[in-house]
Formats: sequence, structure tokens, C-alpha cells
Amino acid sequence: MVANFGYGVLVISFLVALYSVFAAIYGDRRKIPAMVESARRAMLLTWPLLTLTAGILIYLLVNNHFEVQFVYEVTSRSMPTYLKVTAWWGGQAGSLLFWSWLMSAFASLVTLRKWDRDREFLPWVIVVACVTMAFFIGMNVFFENPFAQLYQNMDGVNAYTFQPADSIPFTPADGRGLNPLLRHPGMVIHPPMLYLGFVSFVIPYAFAMAALITGRTDDRWIRLTRRWTLWAWLFLSFGLVLGGRWAYDVLGWGGYWGWDPVEIAAFMPWLTGTAFLHSVMIQEKRGMLKHWNMLLIILTYDLVIFGTFLTRSGVLSSVHAFAQSAIGPLFFGFIGLTLITSVALIIYRWSSLKSETQMTSMLSREALFLLNNLLFMGILVVCFWGVIFPLISELFTGQKVTVGPPFYERATSPLFAALMLLMGIAPLSAWGHSTVKTLGRAMWKPIVAALVITAVIFVTYTQKVGALIGFFLIALVLLVTLYEYWRGAASRQRSQGENVFTAFWNLTGRNRRRYGGYIIHLSMMLMAIGILGIEIFQVETQGTLTQGQSLSVANYEIRYQEIAQWDDMPSGVNYRRAVLDVYENGEYLGQLAPRIDYYYDSQQNMTIPGQRSTMRDDLYVLLVDWEPATAAGATFKIYVNPLVNWLWLGSLLFLVGVVIAAWPEKDPERVAVREKTRITQPSAAD
Amino acid sequence: MRSSRFTSCFLLFTFILAALWTIPVSAQGPAPTDDEVNKIAKQLYCPVCESTPLDVCPTEACRQWRELIREMLAQNKSEAEIKQYFVEHYGPQVLNEPPNRWASYLVPVVAFLLGAFMLFRGFRMWLKPSTTETGPAGATREAQPVQDPYVAKLEEELKKQQ
Repeated sequence: MVANFGYGVLVISFLVALYSVFAAIYGDRRKIPAMVESARRAMLLTWPLLTLTAGILIYLLVNNHFEVQFVYEVTSRSMPTYLKVTAWWGGQAGSLLFWSWLMSAFASLVTLRKWDRDREFLPWVIVVACVTMAFFIGMNVFFENPFAQLYQNMDGVNAYTFQPADSIPFTPADGRGLNPLLRHPGMVIHPPMLYLGFVSFVIPYAFAMAALITGRTDDRWIRLTRRWTLWAWLFLSFGLVLGGRWAYDVLGWGGYWGWDPVEIAAFMPWLTGTAFLHSVMIQEKRGMLKHWNMLLIILTYDLVIFGTFLTRSGVLSSVHAFAQSAIGPLFFGFIGLTLITSVALIIYRWSSLKSETQMTSMLSREALFLLNNLLFMGILVVCFWGVIFPLISELFTGQKVTVGPPFYERATSPLFAALMLLMGIAPLSAWGHSTVKTLGRAMWKPIVAALVITAVIFVTYTQKVGALIGFFLIALVLLVTLYEYWRGAASRQRSQGENVFTAFWNLTGRNRRRYGGYIIHLSMMLMAIGILGIEIFQVETQGTLTQGQSLSVANYEIRYQEIAQWDDMPSGVNYRRAVLDVYENGEYLGQLAPRIDYYYDSQQNMTIPGQRSTMRDDLYVLLVDWEPATAAGATFKIYVNPLVNWLWLGSLLFLVGVVIAAWPEKDPERVAVREKTRITQPSAAD
Repeated sequence: MRSSRFTSCFLLFTFILAALWTIPVSAQGPAPTDDEVNKIAKQLYCPVCESTPLDVCPTEACRQWRELIREMLAQNKSEAEIKQYFVEHYGPQVLNEPPNRWASYLVPVVAFLLGAFMLFRGFRMWLKPSTTETGPAGATREAQPVQDPYVAKLEEELKKQQ
């Protein structure tokens, strides 16, 4: 009954989203503002409707309604309530509903803004947002119904939206339970973050399409959506980092990024989104690259849908699975349709998108930003090709192949290095015009300092060429960015008489976008230190130990002390926990306790590493779960991951940087009024 | 889905057992270490579990596969020979890179070079006319550094200090 009610509300949400699309188009074409307003209200209505739908699903999840197939597949009685709630996005049907719910929230937020100056955008923003939303709700309504219930008939037990004739309802005693890998706190937050990123990129795309349809192709749409884009980028970036942290903590291979197609699916819109964030600055400052910016946001939008398609259609396991999938071809069709329509609109408005000015120097800031875009596109092509190459191979030659990390690492390393070099050069070049001479004058000091740092690293830490190039580039970017910060703060100190902290604070506050961007650059370099550390210096070993035996790697030695095994029946988990003594160069450091958690409901293991983390390195020990683990003997896998914690530290600084960059600037008009009042006040006193 | 995976695992497991049975075992030096086995296993992928390298795959079938690598190492088989054996028996998808490597790199390299060529052609076209440009109103203005007002003020301040 409750499930049927939930499905009913879902269908109504779908119809309301469709109505919103048609009302917006009709209202705009026939110039009937009341219809557009009706479309806007319909769009606003989708959020409470989808919230109700989601509320019903959560009710079913929390209250063990295993007669609902989705509930049966992702929960079990032993799961704690918070995990039952987060199981909402733990399966296909639920995650599609989650996508729609977030989309409706963002679309509602957009429509609540003041539209006075941008009234003509409104109907088309509604159309794009609601078409996207209707597509996802439609997936739930027609193909992936989260409220489908189990019925038993002559064919066995199957899920149906409506009870078939000659069948009886079937309620399993318990559910299968959520995949243990998804029970990690990182996985609880990671999908919402990624989805937030995905969904919020729909908003700038909707404005871009509105600009193309209405012919208002100046940079107004970019200014309106700049903050949306930054938040979208933040969510997507943080989603990626959380995914990496989850993989590091849970997957048990000692790394955070495996160039898995699912990871790449989320990384691709990030690449185009990052290129877009840089490229729009050229349009804002110089009125150039309007076609390119349109193309970038279209690409980002379609890569967002493509990412969801890759993970939801079964295409990754095989092209045949894709062909059999109900939603795969629909996703494919939707991507094709939106891509063709969007590009056709760009062609239609081609002449009005022409640049207002010209490039005047190959070393100007805008030229370097364009190079940056080329590099991001290069990485995108590598990623895209790597993901689709196995499909193409299977389709045309019938031969299945794997494209693993070596391909991506070899192909993207030079591109990432070039990007870092640009991050070191671009902040010192000027908009409009820069010469080798001016740039050289600005750069020689940071270059010399970076070379000195690299030489010190060469003497004291490593002689590996790849690592030295990486450290040089990191040092260069850090020095240039800090130098830029210092120049600004020093100037404020002298002119305003501020102390160093106030000067830094005010400097950032007065130009949040610029200095927020610099903090993001700094954070990227901290992350690069972590990436360099684990990619180049990671060492590992594996061995089977009996109690009292030890295993050594790098400067560390671990000694197997004991193992304990027990059941936690309320949670439905069996724990095996080994205790190891850790020594570094013979000095006792403490104990580590790697674990294997066996989940009875899903009959799966989860390996929890024992970790000792410092900024210098991570000692990461796994109790290997495919070998017997008893007091008589247990197999351990040990990784030493140098510098990896700089990656997580960098991601926190990244968060700070984006928040600063996206924080609303003071309203220029109000500031102007305040300044004027301040100027006129003394004269009034006189 | 689950039953097909189970069947695949079962078949793989049976095949590995058969392969282990048919490979002659001979005592040739010390048994290979886990690290030596993993060095090769890292370069191979489990054909059943998606995107899982063999050195960390927890399935029973993959455990047997690693034992097979150990056996082959004990027989002084080279890394290339072992990889070739797996490709012959399980197909090229067990390798972590496509066998025809050039084909996988060709498209991204060509696409990037094409992009770079177009960009530099664009640069040359933009730069060719002159360093002057015509504004929207038709007025000609000298190309000069464009900076946001805050930066300009900052630069001015720095100059004063010097």
C-alpha cells in the first residue's frame, strides 16, 4: 500500500516535470507570462513531490519492508538505521531517484532567485532542467521502479509494479543487506557529493542553452552561473577525493586511484569543468572564446550524463550487457539528442558568439589559459579513449581487452606535468600582453629557488628523474603562488599599515576569486606531493607469518603477536583481528590491528587495514583475506606509502580555497553607495 | 547475474585445477616468494571480477591462479612466458594493457597533436594582423595589458613603493 502510494507520487512528479517543460515552451512562444510562471511553480512543486517519494522509500527501507524488491536488495534487519537511510543511493533504482531529487532541489533553488533582469532566460532554464529531471524520473517510473514489489506465481518470485493475476505477495524474512564495501562512512558521503557535483553542473548548462535560444550570448549567463559552477566543481572534486579515501581505506590494495572506468566516469566532467572555470575568465575579461565556453559546458553536461550512463547501463562489463540493459540505450539516446541539439544551437548562433577582441600575445594570460584548456582536453581524450577502447575492440574485433593503469599513467603524466608548469607561469603573466622579457624577469627568481630545492631533494632524498621533475614543478608553483600572495600582502602592509595577518586576510577578502584560486593552486600542489609520493616511492611486501615471526619493508618491521575472532550477532558480522608490533629501525613504535570483517547477510569480506599515518609516510598493513588467518599462521600484505597524507591535507585546503573563491563578493552597487556616503560625510560635518 | 558469475568462477576454478594438474612439478631451487608472484600478478587482471588486478583479487579462483604463477616461476618460466600462457588460455583481457599497444595510444596522441596544431594555427591567425585591434564601436585601440582594477591599483602601489 505504502509502496504503491510512493509509486503514485513518483508518477505525479514525472507528469509535473513534463508539464513544466511544455508550459514553459508554450508560455515563451505565445508570450504568456502566466504560463511561464505556471511552469516555474510546477518546477518548484517537483521538489516537495520527490521529497515525499524519497521519504516513502526511506520509510520502507528503515522499517524492513522486504516485500519491496529494492529494500530487499540493499538492506537487512541487522543494519543500523543510518545505513538503511543511506542505502537509498546504494542501488540502481534508489540512486536514480536520488539524482532526480537533487536535481529538483537545485532547479527549485535557481527559480527562487530574482529574475528581473534575466526574465527571458527563465523559461529555457526551466525547460532544460525539467527535461533532464523528467528523463531521470522517467527511468524510475518505466524501468527502475524503486517501489516494485515481490510476487510469487508459477514463474517463481519476481518484482512487479502492479500485482499480476494468479500471484500472491511475497515477503522475504530478511534482506540481502548492503554491500559491505558501501557501509564505510566515506561511501555514505561520497555518492551524494558526486551527485551534487553532477547535478549542479546542469544549472550552468541550462543557462548556456537559455542564452543560445534567446540569443543573449554576452557573458551574462556566465556571470549568473559562476558561483554555481564553482560549487558544482567543489562537490565533484570532493566526491572524487572522498572516493579515493574510501578506496584507500576499504578496497585493500594500498592505493586511492586505480584508473577504474567508474572513477574515470566521474573524473571526465571534472576535467571539462576545470577547463571551463579557467576559460570563462577569458570571456569575462576579454570577450573571447564564446564558442569554446559553450562547447565546454555542453561537454561537461553530457559527460555528467555519460558518467551516470557508464555506471548504470552495464556497458562497462560488456557491450552485450549494454544491449540487454533497458536503460542503457535510452541514456545513449538522451546523450546523443542533447549533444546534437546543443551543438546545433551553437552553429545557429555562431556569428553572435564571435570574439570581441583578439589575442595579442602567445604569452598573455589568456593564451596560457588556452594552453591549459588544450592540456585538460588532452587528458580528457586519454580518459575517454581508455574507457571506450575495450568496447570498440569488442564491437569490431570481438576481442575483449583491458585498459589498465599503465596506459593512463604513461599517457597523462606528461600532460599533468605540463599543466603544473603552466600553473607556475600563468599567475605571473598579464592579461592582454606579455613578452618573454617581462615574463622572464618575473620568473627567474622562483625558477632559481625551485632548482635549489630540487638540488637539495636530489642530495638528501631521491635521484629518480621523474620524481625530481615532479618536485621541481611543485616547488615552482608553490613559490610563484606564495610570491604572488606575498607581493600583495606586503603592498597592503606598506600602504595601509596593516600587520601581516590582517594584510593577508584583507587581500583575500578584497579579491576572493583571485586569491581563492591561488589557495586552490597551493592545495593542488600539496595533493601532487602525495600523488608523487605514492606513485613513485610506494613499496610493498607480502608474507605468511606464524606468531612471533616478523616481516620487514623499508625501515619498518612488523611482528605478528596474536589473532582473535568473534561474532557480533546484532550487527551480523564476524571479526578476525590480528595484532602486530611495529618497529622502525629497531625502535618500537606501537601496535597495528588489521581486520577482516565477514558480513553474514551478504556473505562478503571487508578488509580493514591497520594504519600508522604520519606526514612522512603511511604504514598500511592488511590481513590477507584469501589465505587462512589463524594463530598458526596468517598472511600479511604491507605497503609503505610515502607522503600520501599530503594528498588528504591538500584536499582540505582545496575546500577552503573553493569556499573563498565562491563566497559572494560584496554587492558592487551597495559598496559604491557606502563609499559615496563615506566621502560625503566629512564635508557634511564641515 | 550472480549465477552467471558463479558459473564463470566455477569454470575458471576447474580449468586452473586442471592446468595445475597437467603442469609437471619439479623442484628447482627455493619456492618463489609472494612478492615475486605478486610482481607478475599485478600485471594481470581477473577475467571475472571487473577491473580487479590479480594480486589483490580475493576470489578462490584468483588464489589458484596466483599459485599457478608460483608453480611456473618455480619451473624457471620467465615473466613474458607466464603472461603469454595466461593470454593463450584466457584471452588478451587478462593483460593490464591491450596487446597492440600502439593502437591504444594512437588516437589520443593524434587527437592531442591535432588540437595543438589547431590552437597554434589559431594563435598565428589572431596574432598576424597587428598588435592593434578594433573595438566594438570601431575605434582602434592599442593592445595593452588588461588587468582587473584591484590588481592595477596593487601594481601602481608597488611602483610607488619602489
